[in-house]
Amino acid sequence: MTRFLASRLLQALVVLLLMSLAVTVLMTLMPGDPVDMMLAGNPRATPADAARLKALYGLDRPLLERYWHWLTAALAGDFGYSRLYAQPVLSILGPRLGNTLLLLGLSMALTLAVALPLGVYAARRPYSWADNAINLFCFAGISVPAFWLALLLILLFAVELQWLPASGLGPVGSEGWWQRLPYLVLPVASLTLASIGGYTRYVRAAMLGELRQDYIRTARAKGLGEERVVWRHALRNALIPIVTVVALEFGALFSGALVTETMFAWPGMGKLIYDSIMGNDLNVALVALLFATLTTLVGNLLADVAYVALDPRISFKGGES
Amino acid sequence: MRNGLAALLLAGLLTGTLGAPPAQAAKDELTIGLTQFPSNWHPSVEAMSAKAYILAMVRRPFTAYDADWRLTCMLCTELPSIEKGTAEYETRPDGKKGIKVTYTINPKATWGDGKPVTTDDVLFTWTVGKHPQSGYANFDLFARDIVAIDVKDERTFTIHRDKAVCTYAEINDFEILPAHLERPVFEADPANYRTRSKYETDTTNPGLYFGPYRIAQVETGSHVVLEQNPTWWGPKPPFKRVVVRAIENTSALEANLLAGQIDMVPGETGLPLDQVLAFEKRHGSRYNIIYKPGLFFEHVELNLDNPALADVRVRKALLLSIDRQAISKQLYEGRQPVADNEISPLDRVHVPGYPTYSYDPKEAAKLLDEAGWTERRAGVRHNAKGERLSLEIMTTAGNRSREVLQQVLQAQWRQAGVEVRIVNEPPRVLFGDTLEKRRFKSMALFAWVSAPENIPRTILHSSMIPSEANNWAGQNYTGYKNPEMDKVLEDLEHVCEPDANRALWAKLQTIYAQDLPNLPLFFRADPYILPQWLDNVVPTGHLDSSTLWIETWKPKG
Repeated sequence: MTRFLASRLLQALVVLLLMSLAVTVLMTLMPGDPVDMMLAGNPRATPADAARLKALYGLDRPLLERYWHWLTAALAGDFGYSRLYAQPVLSILGPRLGNTLLLLGLSMALTLAVALPLGVYAARRPYSWADNAINLFCFAGISVPAFWLALLLILLFAVELQWLPASGLGPVGSEGWWQRLPYLVLPVASLTLASIGGYTRYVRAAMLGELRQDYIRTARAKGLGEERVVWRHALRNALIPIVTVVALEFGALFSGALVTETMFAWPGMGKLIYDSIMGNDLNVALVALLFATLTTLVGNLLADVAYVALDPRISFKGGES
Repeated sequence: MRNGLAALLLAGLLTGTLGAPPAQAAKDELTIGLTQFPSNWHPSVEAMSAKAYILAMVRRPFTAYDADWRLTCMLCTELPSIEKGTAEYETRPDGKKGIKVTYTINPKATWGDGKPVTTDDVLFTWTVGKHPQSGYANFDLFARDIVAIDVKDERTFTIHRDKAVCTYAEINDFEILPAHLERPVFEADPANYRTRSKYETDTTNPGLYFGPYRIAQVETGSHVVLEQNPTWWGPKPPFKRVVVRAIENTSALEANLLAGQIDMVPGETGLPLDQVLAFEKRHGSRYNIIYKPGLFFEHVELNLDNPALADVRVRKALLLSIDRQAISKQLYEGRQPVADNEISPLDRVHVPGYPTYSYDPKEAAKLLDEAGWTERRAGVRHNAKGERLSLEIMTTAGNRSREVLQQVLQAQWRQAGVEVRIVNEPPRVLFGDTLEKRRFKSMALFAWVSAPENIPRTILHSSMIPSEANNWAGQNYTGYKNPEMDKVLEDLEHVCEPDANRALWAKLQTIYAQDLPNLPLFFRADPYILPQWLDNVVPTGHLDSSTLWIETWKPKG
């Protein structure tokens, strides 16, 4: 176990290092120098002004020198300042990360809470009217574009019925978390409705496969109750591919949902990453993308641990137990 | 069922039956919706329209252009003038003609923490502005235009300007800073001042503001809350609280307006014209909608290095073969006036009488024939060498309004035998690289914005053609060179006698219309959606925000 974790940690460090270099190089290659963009609206700016500002922001130094400077500072815990926001990178990331985790965490929990029973129910009655109805619901959820769904929800519940606020983080001057709850309903519903379909289909497909296995027939022949067969035996094995999908989505929990955040004016990581890339705010983009990479790696590590817990044939030693 | 619901909602939206009447907000609070959120708060470190819009409610410049496009004093007591003796020409030590201009700060002007606004703040602001490490983008004003500042007393000071420019009284960009709060921060570390300033680290500090409101709460990316500033010396603003919400998606912004979560959407950074035109048809009776044409000059930039476009007859033919009046009527319902020149007719320096180019396909055909593009093959004109009259037009990808306009232009030019291909790029590529490095092959559709009475030197002077030699400085992307125009642009800066100055402006507009270095299309109209219970919001049409006069806005009744 320790050796396995050490090996994965080492791999993660290499991936993060390569990722940081790749992001730096790619953002530097993007057209539009940040200082030129800053001065584009100032007709009186001279080449000397551009040179002065480039020196001030360290943009006059060679790429590798800038990268090395950033890396050594980052290893010492200094991730620098945002060029756009004039704030330390971590102080910008913190609140956005909290917003994103709240939004996407709730959405994922709700999605799994609905998709698991729905998928299992559909798999137990394949091609029945209930299965067909669930499939229709799933395909509708998968097919509707996120912005369209968000807009429909806003129009229905905020504009027409006026039951819920259309957007924002909470009422102005709100002090308690409960005051923010109504503001979460529509964005969480929008994300959940869009992702339930996919997860339900995964669960249904995985369960259908498992319910046809010999060991299920044997369990039934031994006289085990149907609920025990389905929930304790079939689902446990069906969860392995589902855990893989959830692990891949784990990174997205921290990298945000750009469309939903934009539609509901919910300042989260998706919008921050987009703005930092478009605004050539290298420090923010770099740390945000590295964080998303790190969480994806952590998600995959957790998935590996979950495989061991779910399937006794898998062990950290690499062979079958 | 879901599709049925969607159809029902859409039908409701289209017919205008959806949406309860916007909730009439409590009259002591106004909620404004913008499509941007300011990324930082220092008034001079980086320009951004949303920041300017909000800061105009909490601070005031010394001078600004009002809704009638006249320069006016905001923080000073009176505009300096030669006649009154508060402006006086002087000879600089290097022999150049300069000017010294005296201002008096309004004696009632007080920072939000009770400290008076003084000349010490003026001197500190100048020190910061001209410091090479302060990060100021408008370094030009502080480090080159202003060569010295003399302080007479706590309220009166004299600025010595390097050049005796005709607009000597205007110091709109001199954004005064509170020395008592910012000096220790700046002096401790000038190179990092832009990130350590209290505007970034302590944004709600009342001492940073002296307008009718002060910033009381900032929820980054979401909203800003402004509350009345008890030390404001002007008329008491009508709203106890102003909330500015940022909703970047324009459909969501519109839905928020209908849901009553926001009261108004200003033109400065709000909804695009086409969306508001559609909105007005459905919900116009419940709002007061104002279209304010201004200084955004929508035009087609031409690369005059292109052999076809180097010929002025082709440029004139291109303009004559598009029906801008019809386009304005069809696409903008006549709300966006046709531009005949770079200078807006609303500007004091606009002088009519220059040549104009109404839709005239026959004249366009004649000019193209004269220019040698005589033979039409498959509808496209060719010259004697067999070359096709084929051009490219670029614009900002994703800008729906410009993309539609681009297609109409393409179709109309096709009628004239000019083949035009559409090649669009994201804004940061188009503005950050293609235009700046003059990499566009023939045409680019975008807008210039300027201040009233702005001399278009950077756009039309031959020294402002970006090149590797000048490190891509200047905005004369067309590559336009005319010594006569250069002379007019230079003279306009210092020939201030009213008649002579007006004659120069007339000449500039005539040369422009004769040479057509670019194709004028429209002066963009900014749409304002206001609640019917709100009075006195007067859009300016230029870069000085309407919020500079927020204390005069009034709820009805």
